Amino acid sequence: MNIMEIRWHGRGGQGAKTASLLLADAAFMAGKFVQSFPEYGPERSGAPITAYNRISDERCTIHSNIYEPDYVVVVDETLLESVDVTAGLKEEGGIVINSAKSAAELRPLLHGYQGKVYTVDAGTISRKHLGDYFPNTPMLAAIVAISGCVEQEAFMKDMEEAYTHKFANKPQVVKGNLDCLVEAMQAVRE
Amino acid sequence: MSIRDRMSGNEAIATAMRQINPDVFAMFPITPSTEIPQYFAQYVADGKVDTEFICVESEHSSMSACIGAEAAGARAVTATSSAGLSFMNEMLFVAASARLPIVLAVANRALTGPININHDYSDSMAERDSGFIQIYSENNQEAYDNYLQAHRIGETADVRLPVMICEDGFITSHALENIELESDEDVKAFVGEYHPEEYLLKAENPLAVGPYGVSNYYMEARVAQAEAMKNAKRAILDVAADFEKTFGRKYGFFEEYRMDDAKMAIVIMGSSAGTAKAAVDELREAGKKVGLIKVRVFRPFPGEELAEALKNVKAVAVMDKSEGFSANGGPLFAETASACINMEQRPKMINIVYGLGGRDFTVDHTRRVFAHLEKIIETGEIGPTYIHLGQRDDRKEVL
Repeated sequence: MNIMEIRWHGRGGQGAKTASLLLADAAFMAGKFVQSFPEYGPERSGAPITAYNRISDERCTIHSNIYEPDYVVVVDETLLESVDVTAGLKEEGGIVINSAKSAAELRPLLHGYQGKVYTVDAGTISRKHLGDYFPNTPMLAAIVAISGCVEQEAFMKDMEEAYTHKFANKPQVVKGNLDCLVEAMQAVRE
Repeated sequence: MSIRDRMSGNEAIATAMRQINPDVFAMFPITPSTEIPQYFAQYVADGKVDTEFICVESEHSSMSACIGAEAAGARAVTATSSAGLSFMNEMLFVAASARLPIVLAVANRALTGPININHDYSDSMAERDSGFIQIYSENNQEAYDNYLQAHRIGETADVRLPVMICEDGFITSHALENIELESDEDVKAFVGEYHPEEYLLKAENPLAVGPYGVSNYYMEARVAQAEAMKNAKRAILDVAADFEKTFGRKYGFFEEYRMDDAKMAIVIMGSSAGTAKAAVDELREAGKKVGLIKVRVFRPFPGEELAEALKNVKAVAVMDKSEGFSANGGPLFAETASACINMEQRPKMINIVYGLGGRDFTVDHTRRVFAHLEKIIETGEIGPTYIHLGQRDDRKEVL
């Protein structure tokens, strides 16, 4: 069975878990079997957290954490100093990091990882469209763009529905979130 | 026609509760089961159920409120985890001995200490002698399906026992996965209404519930309760057969996974069984005769049936995700071993305690277990029979 496995690294409060849920939702809408689960511990704002996705054509019965992911998403660049984010990451896969720096500048921090390294400046994109720091939305778009786990047009359609539903009480933020996604998909670079 | 959806185990159980629309939900929150009453409170607020939703001050009280409601002839439910279940302990025995078919959803979580919020079965295993029927789930689908079957099993006339529907805390309770839901109408038709023949508030024949039992009578009540637990075996299979006919998904006391001609087997419960199945598939492809039994019903324990399923196996590892501190192995091992004691030819059997307090259990762990069983068969030496798997220090690992 072909399973795409994705690991998210973020800090409590940055929405890595929510982004992982939204990614699962989009893949579900595209007809896939999905898993989205965070690694729980004492929850506190700012502490490193991990969340996971499995996406497959048949139901995956494995319920362990993910140790050899196809892709890694780093929602907070400062984690590169304290967490071995590329541990077990497949060389044919890739890692996408929220950073204003280039991939070449960050590669030395990745313990010799040889696969593809992508960056996207999620902070700037988020501030531009949402007026505040919500890095998870651009990072969600970035992982969709680099992994191809969901077809981009279908993804945008599903996200529009999801945001319209989620922000039923503040519809003014729907467009900002969608603009975030579009810009992040274009801005992510190797 | 099933409805394709995706949700967590907690939402799946809350959805089943909404569809059943119980008379009373007595709630007190505790991680990781809190979302169940949280979702349900929304259904109450949205008018989707007409359940009496009572916020009480503790789990001892939530179970007490369920006992009162159920004794009065109502259908009562609640949900809890870990220390919350321990705090219900006294009232669990009252519920079971008063023969009140309350349904209790448990998102399993380790007991203190050290204090921990993650998954193992130490909470519900500590209540295995409470008189509750206990049914365990591998994933959100099974949590939903087991819940749909629970009321009918417990309310069966010659059973009348409370039921615990267990899902793995966080691993199942908080993981979003695909699920096949059934329509509200089909669920209501399957579960049916609850009309107990006798109850506290029956005007024409009022009933005393929970009186003192002197030595001249206490034992008769306990024997009757023990008989009810035996009767529950038939009720569980009957309800499962009707569930399969109605919704198409098959359940029994346990699931036998690739057990045909298996020479090595593991006996395991919950989400770990799903992870282990991936290792079984891999080893089968490599020509190894391995299989797996996933225990779904722990109370009543299907001893005879399990012994029958293991009779041609040469070596078995019974996997306990709770430490019973018996110095002789965990609770699932104790039950499985005792079930096999009178077999003409018994498999060699070891106990592996793993995954305590959320320690991750992996496909690779399963490979190590089967490699160990293979060695036992090759050498004929059973070696240590009570092993802890997955410790931080590799030097402490037997496998």
